Amino acid sequence: MQSLKEQWFGNIRGDILSGIVVALALIPEAIAFSIIAGVDPMVGLYASFCIATIIAFVGGRPAMISAATGAMALVMADLVADYGLNYLLAATILTGIVQVLLGVFGIAKLMRFIPNAVMIGFVNALAILIFMAQVPHFLGEGWLTYVFIAVTLLIVYTVPRFVKAIPAPLIAIVVLTAAAFISGAELKTIGDLGNITQSLPSFFIPDVPFNFETLRIILPYSLALAVVGLLESLLTSQIVDDMTDTKSDKNREARGQGIANFVNGFFGGMAGCAMIGQSVINVKSGGRGRLSTLVAGLCLMFLILVLGDLVVDIPMPVLVGIMIMVCIGTFDWGSFKYIITAPRADAVVMLVTVAIVIYTDNLAIGVIIGVILSALFFVASISKVKIKEQGTTYFIEGPLFFASTQSFIQAFEQVSQKEITIDLSSSHLWDESAVGAVAKIVSKLEEQGIAVQVKGLNPASEKLYNKLLGLSGGH
Amino acid sequence: MYQYILLAADGSENAIRAAKEAIKLASFTESSLIDLVYVVDFEKSKSDVLHAASPESLEIGRRRKIAPIEQLIKEAGITYKVTLLKGEPGPEIVRYANEANVDIVIIGSRGLNSLREMVLGSVSHKVMKRVKCPALIVK
Repeated sequence: MQSLKEQWFGNIRGDILSGIVVALALIPEAIAFSIIAGVDPMVGLYASFCIATIIAFVGGRPAMISAATGAMALVMADLVADYGLNYLLAATILTGIVQVLLGVFGIAKLMRFIPNAVMIGFVNALAILIFMAQVPHFLGEGWLTYVFIAVTLLIVYTVPRFVKAIPAPLIAIVVLTAAAFISGAELKTIGDLGNITQSLPSFFIPDVPFNFETLRIILPYSLALAVVGLLESLLTSQIVDDMTDTKSDKNREARGQGIANFVNGFFGGMAGCAMIGQSVINVKSGGRGRLSTLVAGLCLMFLILVLGDLVVDIPMPVLVGIMIMVCIGTFDWGSFKYIITAPRADAVVMLVTVAIVIYTDNLAIGVIIGVILSALFFVASISKVKIKEQGTTYFIEGPLFFASTQSFIQAFEQVSQKEITIDLSSSHLWDESAVGAVAKIVSKLEEQGIAVQVKGLNPASEKLYNKLLGLSGGH
Repeated sequence: MYQYILLAADGSENAIRAAKEAIKLASFTESSLIDLVYVVDFEKSKSDVLHAASPESLEIGRRRKIAPIEQLIKEAGITYKVTLLKGEPGPEIVRYANEANVDIVIIGSRGLNSLREMVLGSVSHKVMKRVKCPALIVK
C-alpha cells in the first residue's frame, strides 16, 4: 500500500479537479436522498459534507467517495416517518458506534462469506427501491412533469459524449431550472419539499430522551444501517481497488465509516456510506488520492453556502430524472443473463434477495436472508455424494460430513457381492459423522458376511478416522 | 525490424485476426516480443466485481478472455507477455504504447458502420492518430 503522504499528495492536480466534479454531481443526489429519507435537503447535504470530509482522513480506501446515499435513506425512512429527525440523528450516532466495533472485530473477512448472488440482488433491489421512491413525484403530476423528466434523461445520456468536464446532471439542472423559470412552468420544486439554510453545520446533541425506550427504537435501525452501509462501502472499495489496481485496508474503512457517521450525527447529518456511482465518477475524472474526497466534501459545502437559495428553485422532475439515471446506473444489467447462465441455486438466491428487500422495504433483511439461503443451498449441494459402482469397487465422489452421510449409508443397504472395495480417494472425511458412517457400513456388511476393504483415504481423512476410532495411526 | 510489438486485444474476433498479423510480423525478427495488452474498461469494473466470487476469480475471468490469443502466440513459439490495464481503452493503449516506447502497435478494428462509429467512436482510429509509433489496424 502507498505511504500516507502519497495517499494525500501523490496526485494533487487530478484530485482537486475530480473532487470538484464529484461535488457538483453529489449535490442533486444528496438532496434527492434526503427527500427519500423524508428529511430536509440540508440533512443530506450536511451528511455528505461531514462524511466526505472525515472519511478523507480516517477511511481505508483513498479516492472512494462516501456521503448521504440512497441505500441508507431507504432504511431510515420509516424511522423518520414515525419518530422524526432527532431519532434519526441518534440512530446515526449509534450506527457509527456499531460500525467502529465491527471494524475493530475484522468485519472485512466476513465479506467474503457474502456470495455474489446476494450482492447482485442487493444492487438490483436498491435500484428498484430508488425508482419506486420516485414514482409519487411524477405519477399524476401532469404532462409537463413527464416532459421535464424526459429532457433530463436525454441530457444526462447524450451530453457526456460531447462535454466531459462538467457532470451532465448539473447541466440538466442549470438548463431546465432556467427553462422552468423563463417559461413560468408550474412545477413542484425542491423548495416545496424542504428548506435550504446557507450556514455551516453546527454541533448539537440530538434531542431524544436518554433511556431504554429510545435505544429500543433506534437499535434495529442502527444495526440495519451499519450492515447496509458497510456492505455498500466494502463493495465500492473492491470496485475502486479494481479500477485503480491498488489495495485498500477494508477494516480501516469500516472503522472510518463508523467514525464518520458518529461525528456526522452530532452535526445534523443522516447516516451515509460509500457510493459506487460517485466513486466511479471520481476515479474516471482522475481522482486517486484522499485529497479528492476532501475536496469533494469542502467544495460541496462551499457551493451550498454560495448557491443555496438557487437550489430551492430546481424543479422536482429534474431531480426525478437524475434519480432514474442513478437507478439505471445502479442496476446490474448483466443480471438477466446471470439468471439464465448462473447455477440455478445462485439465480434463486439473487431473485429471493430482491423479492425480500422489495417486500420488507429493508435492504438489511434481504441481505441476511440471502446469505442464509445461499449457505443452505451450498450445504445441500455439497451434501450430495455420488457413488459409482464398477465391478466390486464402489467409488465415492464428494465430501462426507454430517449432511451427506445419510445418502452414503443408504447406498450400501443392498449389496449383492460377496466382497467389495470402497474407494474414498475422491472424497474427504470431515467429521465424526463421516467416520461413523464408514465404520457403520463396514461392520454392517461384515455382519452379512461380506468382506469390505476401504481404500484411498487421503492423509487428513485417515488421521481423523484413526483418531476418532481410537486406532493408532499406522503411517 | 519490429522488436517490441504491442498487440491490443479485447477478446473479439477482430483481435484474433490482429493477433495473426502480429505473429507474422514477430516471426520476421529474431528476439521480438509481443506485449499482449488487454484494457479493462472502467465501465466494466462494477459488473465484473459483482459477478466474480473473489478477486482471484475476477483475475482469471479476464485472463480467459485473451486465452485464445495467448494460445495462438504460444503455438507460434514467440516470446510474449500479458499486460492488463485499467481505464478507457483508447487513451490507455496510447499512454502505455508511448510510455513503453513500443516499435509498433497492432490493433483489430471492430468494423462498425459509419453511424455506429460516430456514436461509439472507434478505438482503433483514436489509437492510430495518437501513438508516436507506426500502427497496424487489422480489418
